Amino acid sequence: MIYQQSCETMPRDELEQLQIERLQMTLNRVYRNVAFYRKGFDAAGVDIGKIRSVGDLKELPFTTKEDLHASYPYDMFAVPLKDIVRIHSSSGTTGRPIVVGYTKNDIQHWSALTARVLTAAGITEHDFVQIAFEYSLFTGGLGFHYGAERIGASVIPSSASGNIQKQLYIMKDYKTSALLSTPSFAITIASNLREMGIHPESLNLRVGIFGAEPWSDAIRARIEDELRLDAYDSYGLSEIMGPGVSGECAHKCGLHVNEDHFIVEVIDPATGAPLGYGAEGELVFTTITKEGVPLIRYRTGDLGTLTGGTCECGRTFARMSRVSRRIDDMIIVRGVKIVPRQIEEILLRVEGARPNYQAIVRAENGEDVLEIKIEISEGIFNDELKKMLELKNKIARSFEADLGIAPHITLVEQDSLRSAGGGKVNRIVDMRSGRV
Amino acid sequence: MLRIRNLHAGYENLLVIKGASLHVNPGEIVTIIGANGAGKTTLLQTLAGLVRPREGEISFDKTSITALPAERIVGMGCVLVPEGRQVFGTLTVEENLFLGSYSRRRSLPREEYRRELGDVYRLFPRLEERSGQLAGTLSGGEQQMLAIGRALMAGPRLIMLDEPSMGLAPIIVKTIFEVLARLRDMGKTILLVEQNAKAALRIADRGYVMETGQIILEESAAELLNNKDVQRAYLGKEYKSIADLGEQGERQ
Repeated sequence: MIYQQSCETMPRDELEQLQIERLQMTLNRVYRNVAFYRKGFDAAGVDIGKIRSVGDLKELPFTTKEDLHASYPYDMFAVPLKDIVRIHSSSGTTGRPIVVGYTKNDIQHWSALTARVLTAAGITEHDFVQIAFEYSLFTGGLGFHYGAERIGASVIPSSASGNIQKQLYIMKDYKTSALLSTPSFAITIASNLREMGIHPESLNLRVGIFGAEPWSDAIRARIEDELRLDAYDSYGLSEIMGPGVSGECAHKCGLHVNEDHFIVEVIDPATGAPLGYGAEGELVFTTITKEGVPLIRYRTGDLGTLTGGTCECGRTFARMSRVSRRIDDMIIVRGVKIVPRQIEEILLRVEGARPNYQAIVRAENGEDVLEIKIEISEGIFNDELKKMLELKNKIARSFEADLGIAPHITLVEQDSLRSAGGGKVNRIVDMRSGRV
Repeated sequence: MLRIRNLHAGYENLLVIKGASLHVNPGEIVTIIGANGAGKTTLLQTLAGLVRPREGEISFDKTSITALPAERIVGMGCVLVPEGRQVFGTLTVEENLFLGSYSRRRSLPREEYRRELGDVYRLFPRLEERSGQLAGTLSGGEQQMLAIGRALMAGPRLIMLDEPSMGLAPIIVKTIFEVLARLRDMGKTILLVEQNAKAALRIADRGYVMETGQIILEESAAELLNNKDVQRAYLGKEYKSIADLGEQGERQ
């Protein structure tokens, strides 16, 4: 099913016309209304009247997370504050929060775009959609909520209900058919099911949309198996809008970027040079319909590739790869580059270990030390201290074999890494330069 | 159907249109709203071939019309209803309509011409009543009907209208705009330039907002009605009572 057929399957030449129109008008508006852009374009010697095609985007300077921090709270807003009907903010992992505002039309667009993502995953008005993303300053909960209502699903905003057990009972008793959450929350649900003696077959789950943190295909297979559902990836970030930037269709061959609202580029993170389809680089988004806080060439820090061509589902939008790595999540420990996906895969291989973890790097006596905290769950808990020690050693040995580094393994209490109600786990914490 | 990219146009030393890109899909009513002097009329005149573009590309049905003379553009089915009607005052209503078909004078069979004239009269019964009357003696509203009727006699697929509501009583504006909506339902495509943003957005599918020769917004007509900038600049205070979008008063 396609929610907005005429948009999502638009011929590329029509899309290109729409993109240049919307890009030009966005540039005209930010130049008039946002001092950061007016100064930035003037300083870079860019005449926005010379932006004649989407390809000319490369002439424009980037917007970075630091720029958004520096504009805290409202300096990036392109409309008078009284036109703003919603404010979200993203703490990110570092520094001051980022504040984004939405006009009435922005909320309408956002709802339509999350409705597209939900529809692409096969969710319809017949579904009971349980939203375990936080309803807060974080965009996950409310972003999907409006889209799910838009398609007429029965929406259960469960994350505010408190603990996981409670959400699980809701899932069971209210006959939830679609779960929207972080992948780590889905994993936690699965382990709780086992502890509570609830067989997944006794639930009504059939589909799940997961996002807001990187998750590997191995995790996908595990969630699908343990929760008996079809798992879809969704991508979004508060700076650009929240969920609804892109999502998978039934063919799961990449996430369709809603290109009638966002122009996506892939750049070389070191040089800033645009890369073509197929090359891995940093994902950069330009919003072309946002009224409240339009962003030009926003560097996401997420690494990915783009694929062109019409998908089997009929959508003509470019597809982005599943984001498994962030530029700033990559840590270099004693010269070895490590990304979360590698850690996940090692943990999964070691039998019984649940991949809710946190990697911490600190400097001790001038030497990098890697610690991996792993949440204990039923599956790996053992009364015998000896067995627990063996497990720790086994995990440490696997890391050494794979990465050449033997980390300290710390087993921690279940749910102690995740913030309450389904929030993000900070997978990587680098304490060497005061970064947290 | 109509696609415009990076259009720059103006008069002598004055650049009026500064890099406008827009499009009109078949069967749509698209409106361009904007203040006086924003460049709306110049844009339409450039599209109609009356003003030469300095830069940019205009295509109609995927054929470039950027450098075509005005009569060729009319011949392709893209017709302008100019600002201030500009009917031939010393000719009768029917003679004006006949001249509308001038670009097709060699290809239009007589019976086909009669049928199309009948269509125009059905759309505007007032014109039939006054078919023998000199156009200069018609009221402003009737002249506007005649200007639209004359454009229809060219057999257009795209009708461009420049301020059709100008100087007309609200009741007449309503009639004219109802006809535009009917023309869309009959398969015509319409590009409507208007200062009366309220009336235009109520019948339009999409709209563009133009400011000092540049496009600053493109959205569905419903979204433009929702946009506070548009409300402040173009819809005026009485807007709420008419559009009644359930607003509970503006926040101050």
